[in-house]
Amino acid sequence: MEGLERVVLKHPFFAGLGSEFGVAISGCARNLRFAASEYLFREDEPANEFYLIRHGTVALELHAPGQPAIVIATLREGDILDAAWLVPPYRWNFDARAAELVRALGVNARCLRDKCEADHDLGYELMKRFVGAMGERLRATRLQVLDVYGTSRG
Amino acid sequence: MSTERRADETMPEDWSVPWPLRVARVRRETGDVATLELTPASSFAFAAGQFNMLYVFGLGEVAISISGDPAKGDRIVHTIRAVGAVSGALTRLRRDAVVGVRGPYGSAWPVAEAEGSDVVIIAGGLGLAPLRPAMYSVLGRRQHYGRIILLYGARGPADILYRRELEAWRCRLDIDIAVTVDHAGADWRGNVGVVPTLIPRISFDPHHAVALVCGPEIMMRFTIAALRDRGLAEDRIYLSMERNMKCAAGLCGRCQFGPHFICRDGPIFRFDRIAPVFGIREI
Repeated sequence: MEGLERVVLKHPFFAGLGSEFGVAISGCARNLRFAASEYLFREDEPANEFYLIRHGTVALELHAPGQPAIVIATLREGDILDAAWLVPPYRWNFDARAAELVRALGVNARCLRDKCEADHDLGYELMKRFVGAMGERLRATRLQVLDVYGTSRG
Repeated sequence: MSTERRADETMPEDWSVPWPLRVARVRRETGDVATLELTPASSFAFAAGQFNMLYVFGLGEVAISISGDPAKGDRIVHTIRAVGAVSGALTRLRRDAVVGVRGPYGSAWPVAEAEGSDVVIIAGGLGLAPLRPAMYSVLGRRQHYGRIILLYGARGPADILYRRELEAWRCRLDIDIAVTVDHAGADWRGNVGVVPTLIPRISFDPHHAVALVCGPEIMMRFTIAALRDRGLAEDRIYLSMERNMKCAAGLCGRCQFGPHFICRDGPIFRFDRIAPVFGIREI
């Protein structure tokens, strides 16, 4: 457990987090490994776990019938995946595929939600970090959908 | 004065008279982007970041950044996207065609001033073209710089400019290169996401770094925000601005940007000098 606590606190997403919170989170965590092309999860599956990527690249994909998958973003070491575990209906809204060997910490969603309910300081600390991360992704996605390179300098 | 000039003439002294130059080589970069290599009769000197006015006889003139190596004056290189009548005609030119050239014009990337610092080059889309001369310049004097980082964002894998050159640079051990695309299929193994998302991942010393940025204005806005988050001061960020440039001499006023004329005072600006007008929507 001490090892996992250290890994949790070393992850950039939890930089500066108090050690008591590190103990709480690591109590819900496990080490995971995904081979290249393996799916971490698929769209609409229950979001029973969230992931702290420690190594490798994860491609977030959307599928449309009869069309090849579209990669909407790639996440790498130091990123988190994602916030669907935090709010109902606790379901993923895209596929996540390991683009190469991925090592991650998986954190059990039910376990951590219960701890957040019991300790609002932990819950608020996590909420601030997740809202910040989701805000950054939303800003990036807004820029992405603008298709800014379509008519750039010529 | 006669407007008929031979393509082997030296540059005219009258700034308003185009210099007729022959196209030595055309390279198709992507579906609507081509690179022209022109052969000047005498060596052509320019600074990284400057632009020329290219004249398609009978059609008109457009301002195009110079995208070749400043150390190689025997070729004038321009990478052009077909977005209008003149730029479209330029991309359709073939070898031995003649185009009119006026230039070079405008301000330059601060490659000499950046010696001793880390250099972060950030390009979006065709913005890599005006930054390529800066890349050549810093690589030509590699030992005089700290870290050299190139971040490049394109629309999709098929829109990546200078792909072979990027791959060659990526093989070097003394520069860091990251390429990202906005959208891709599952067969793309690189980054997907906008170029500002790469900035938190790179390693540089914000107190001893200079950032050179070129791309669509909105991309530059997000990029500046990400650079500020990393602690880079506004006087260490340089942008290449774009407006509709017509005369290239600060006379016609078409490219006015607040109190500045892009063609005369720019296109390269230190960000702190244009920050007061950069965010004004009406400008």
